[in-house]
Amino acid sequence: MVMSWIWSGIVLLSLFCAVLTGNGSALAAAVPQGAQAGVTLALSMAGSICLWTGIGRLMEHAGMTAALARLLSPLLRRVFPGTKRDPVLARELSGNICANFLGLGNAATPMGIRAVQRMSRSDGIATDEMCRLIVLNTASIQLIPANVAAVRASLGCAAPFDILPAVWVTSVCSAGLGVAAAWLLGKALRHD
Amino acid sequence: MTDYIVPLLILAAVLLTLHRKENTYDILLQGGAEGLKLLGSILPALVLLLCAVHMLRASGAMELLSSLLAPAFRFLGIPPETAMLVLIRPISGSAALAVGADLMAQFGPDSLVGRTAAVMLGSTETTFYTISVYFGAVGIKKTRYAIPAALFADLVGFCMASWTVRWMF
Repeated sequence: MVMSWIWSGIVLLSLFCAVLTGNGSALAAAVPQGAQAGVTLALSMAGSICLWTGIGRLMEHAGMTAALARLLSPLLRRVFPGTKRDPVLARELSGNICANFLGLGNAATPMGIRAVQRMSRSDGIATDEMCRLIVLNTASIQLIPANVAAVRASLGCAAPFDILPAVWVTSVCSAGLGVAAAWLLGKALRHD
Repeated sequence: MTDYIVPLLILAAVLLTLHRKENTYDILLQGGAEGLKLLGSILPALVLLLCAVHMLRASGAMELLSSLLAPAFRFLGIPPETAMLVLIRPISGSAALAVGADLMAQFGPDSLVGRTAAVMLGSTETTFYTISVYFGAVGIKKTRYAIPAALFADLVGFCMASWTVRWMF
C-alpha cells in the first residue's frame, strides 16, 4: 500500500511540475524511455545476479557462515548480553549477521526472525536488544554489494569493485554509531 | 588489493565445498536459477519505478527537489543530486535501486555522484521494510527508539558514503 502512494505521488508530482515548467513533451517521452530503462537495468544485472546467488549458495554450503559466526561471538556477547544465557539465540543472531555480511539475504531473514521471536516477551514492547538487532540489520554490513557492482559493471565501469573499501568504512561507521545511538537512547529512555 | 578480493572469495568457497565433497557445480547452478527467479520477480517493479524516476527527472521535479534540499545536503557534505536516493532508500529497496542506477547512468559510474550513489546503495538497507518484517513477526506495537536509531544509522551512512568517496577517489 505504501508503494501505491509513493508511485502515484511521484507521477502526480511529475505531472504537476511538467505543467508548471512547460516540460510536457519531455514528460511524455520519459514514460516509454523509463519503462525501457527498467528492462535494460534488469537484463544488464542478470548475469551478475545469477552468478552471485550461485556463489552465495556455495558460501553457505562451504560453512563460511558458521566459521564467521565463531569469529564474531566475542563481539556478539557484548552487544547482546542475552546470548550468554541462551546458546540458541546466540546461534540465530550470529547466523543472521554473518549471512547478511556475505550478502545472503534469503538466509539471513528467517534467522533474524527466529532471534527476535526468542527475545520477545509477549508484551508488544521492543526490548533494547531487539532495537540493536534492528540497527545492525538496517545498517547492512556487507562484504560484497553484488547488485551495485552489477549496475556499475553494466554501465561500462572498468573496476566495478573499487568502491569496496568505501562501502566497508561507511557500513562499519553507520553500524557502530547506530548501535551507540541505540545504546544511549536505551539508557535515556529507561522506564523502570 | 580490492582486485583480488572477489576472485579469492570465490576460490575459497569453491575449495571449501570441494573439500566437503559437495557437488559444487550443481550448487552454483541451483543458486543461479534462484537468482534469475528473483530477478524475474523484481523486473516489473523496476520497470514501473524507472518509469516514475524518468518522469520525475524529465518534469524538472528532481532538480527542484535537489535544489530545495541543497542547503541541508551541502551542510552535511552530501551531493544534492542524490537527494531523491537519500529520501527513498529507507522506504523501498527496488525504488532506491532504480534511482541509484539512474544516477549512475546519468552522471557516469566513475563520477563523484555516481560513486556516492553506489556506496550509499551498498552500505544501507531498506530500513522501514526490515523493521516491519522483524517487529511484525513478533507483534511489537511499541517500537520505542528503534526507528530513530535506525534512521540515524542511515544518516551516518549517507554522510560517510559522501565523505569516503571524496577522500578515496
